[in-house]
Amino acid sequence: MSQSFEEISAQLKKRHRRSARMKWMTMGALILSAAFLVVFISDMVVRGWPAFQQAQIQVEVSYDEQSQKLPLAAVDEDVRPLISRGFFRPLPRKMEDNPALMGTTQTQWVIADSRVDQYLKGNEDRLRPADKETLENLVEEGRADLKFNTTFFTTGDSKMPEMAGIASAAIGTVMTMLVTMAVCFPIGVMTAVYLEEFAPDNKLTQIIEININNLAAVPSILFGLLGLAIYISFFGVPRSSPLVGGLTLALMTLPVIIISTRAALRSVPDSIRHAAFGVGCSRWQVVRDHVLPVSLPGILTGSIIGLAQAMGETAPLIIVGMVAFIPDASFSITGASTVMPAQIFTWASEPNSAFAEKTAGGILVLLAVLIFLNALAVWLRNKFERRW
Amino acid sequence: MNDTTLQNFQTQQDSSTASEEAVRHYSDAPTPDKGQPVTRNESIEENLSVRVRDLSLWYGEHQALNDISIDIFANTVTALIGPSGCGKSTFLRCLNRMNDLISSVRIKGLVEMDGHDVNARGMDEVALRRRVGMVFQKPNPFPKSIYENVAYAPRMHDMVSRKADQDELVERALRDAGLWSEVKDKLHEPGTSLSGGQQQRLCIARAIAVRPDIILMDEPTSALDPISTATIEDLMDKLKKDFTIVTVTHNMQQAARVADYTAFFHLGDMIEYNATKQMFANPHTKKAEDYITGRYG
Repeated sequence: MSQSFEEISAQLKKRHRRSARMKWMTMGALILSAAFLVVFISDMVVRGWPAFQQAQIQVEVSYDEQSQKLPLAAVDEDVRPLISRGFFRPLPRKMEDNPALMGTTQTQWVIADSRVDQYLKGNEDRLRPADKETLENLVEEGRADLKFNTTFFTTGDSKMPEMAGIASAAIGTVMTMLVTMAVCFPIGVMTAVYLEEFAPDNKLTQIIEININNLAAVPSILFGLLGLAIYISFFGVPRSSPLVGGLTLALMTLPVIIISTRAALRSVPDSIRHAAFGVGCSRWQVVRDHVLPVSLPGILTGSIIGLAQAMGETAPLIIVGMVAFIPDASFSITGASTVMPAQIFTWASEPNSAFAEKTAGGILVLLAVLIFLNALAVWLRNKFERRW
Repeated sequence: MNDTTLQNFQTQQDSSTASEEAVRHYSDAPTPDKGQPVTRNESIEENLSVRVRDLSLWYGEHQALNDISIDIFANTVTALIGPSGCGKSTFLRCLNRMNDLISSVRIKGLVEMDGHDVNARGMDEVALRRRVGMVFQKPNPFPKSIYENVAYAPRMHDMVSRKADQDELVERALRDAGLWSEVKDKLHEPGTSLSGGQQQRLCIARAIAVRPDIILMDEPTSALDPISTATIEDLMDKLKKDFTIVTVTHNMQQAARVADYTAFFHLGDMIEYNATKQMFANPHTKKAEDYITGRYG
């Protein structure tokens, strides 16, 4: 006689309890990591959001002989300390470039000093009592307010927080990534195609494969040292340039691209290769017409992930001189330049709260770019996906 | 020997006397150390498609084919039968050098087509595969449209230059494969959207589109349902007018139905090669008889 349902159910209770427990534990792990992510991102948004706003003051700016010689004279004495030095400095140049301005007085919104900015945002109060009184009056009259910070998106680094922006770092990142991609995408994909489709499976290719896998796990700062030794010291590539930074990051990204491309090629079923060989394709025709089209989404996804990783990299760039004070954007690949994570790193080491805000703002911009790139990867994968 | 069967067979086959003599030679002496080279005979030479002599093949240290000698005749269907692992698929892949894709393979012996040794240094395997098409066990259309599946190879081999020629060639290949009426309205849908049997006929159309001399079929119906299988078998019968077909099959009834000649492989040896009727009615060897009567396999 076999066991009754009651007996079996009694034994099963314990097993079902264990299943339920495991379900809650695994779900808990998911919730925990999701919570970390939410806390991190909301903290960054809360801290970084103010960076997208900037205090501005409406003043009468008189363009005349005197203010050409002494820019500070362009505005009233009492509001002068409230206005950014970054506004005064280029005034003479502005008048030279635009003679029509001469002799006129214009009412303009101008960028306020960072102390005003921080005061209005309620962060820290470093204003003198007299200036504070003037500011309160201006606020009441509606002539001082927080406005959208276009400066942050149009300028480079500055020692004046109100004039500092992410633009030149963003341009540097674009130039560096162009160099990285131009170098490591073709080399990486072709290496993978050789290893996967052409090379015989022998000891040598196995050793190469193991070494490529190891290379992907090498600490990134070592690639910086390699870049310094080879590109700067040996080949004489200009330091701090997107060229040297891009080449260094290419070294780092190459293994990632090779590994992901090989995985993509390997996932193409052999039946497709056999079919192509069977109709008389040469090896290259098999790869070009049949294997690559099918594996393209995987290759692109892997490359974009590699690119995103390189984009967030700072350590190797310290060694090749790209983490530096670079105020001007340069569209050349040999000019001195910096990249977004390096810019964030530079701001993070500044003590005052105005820069802390920039740091978080910069991180938000970088995150936005990375999320965009990942979305692009997903989109490309879906676009080129083929069924077989 | 069953005389009635043999007579029936002889009336059906036009060059039966000559070819049967050659064939019987192998049934008597399947291994070359026992046998003599085939007698040169004009009528045989004319109808000869592939001549294989003393073909041995090793995967690394393991010998998979032992001194196979066989003549394959033009415009016939030759079936290779035998239990799993007997080397029949391996042998088939020697005919278009698909074994080249496996790096550990070593081949010795002669495979002669049109007066050329296909394994010779000067023979280009791409040129060989242009003349020896292949259909695989699992239907494997390219992940492209039905039209592209057929048009790809002729275009690659520069057989067509004008779009109109290409359209015509695609239609002809699909008609020959008996698929045209089913797909003519959806030529630009993916090949993989077809049913399994249709996919396999698409693969046949793809193979015949380049007008090869020989079509190799590696268990072409083993992944298909009985109705699709019957369709493909009918197709093989029609195609042998234009092509020489060598097929591997697990299914002995299929060999009996479609093949003019049957070769029985066992553990890397070719045990018996004979006209199908004779092979099934009156096998010369004990092993073949045991296999055919279902004592093992």
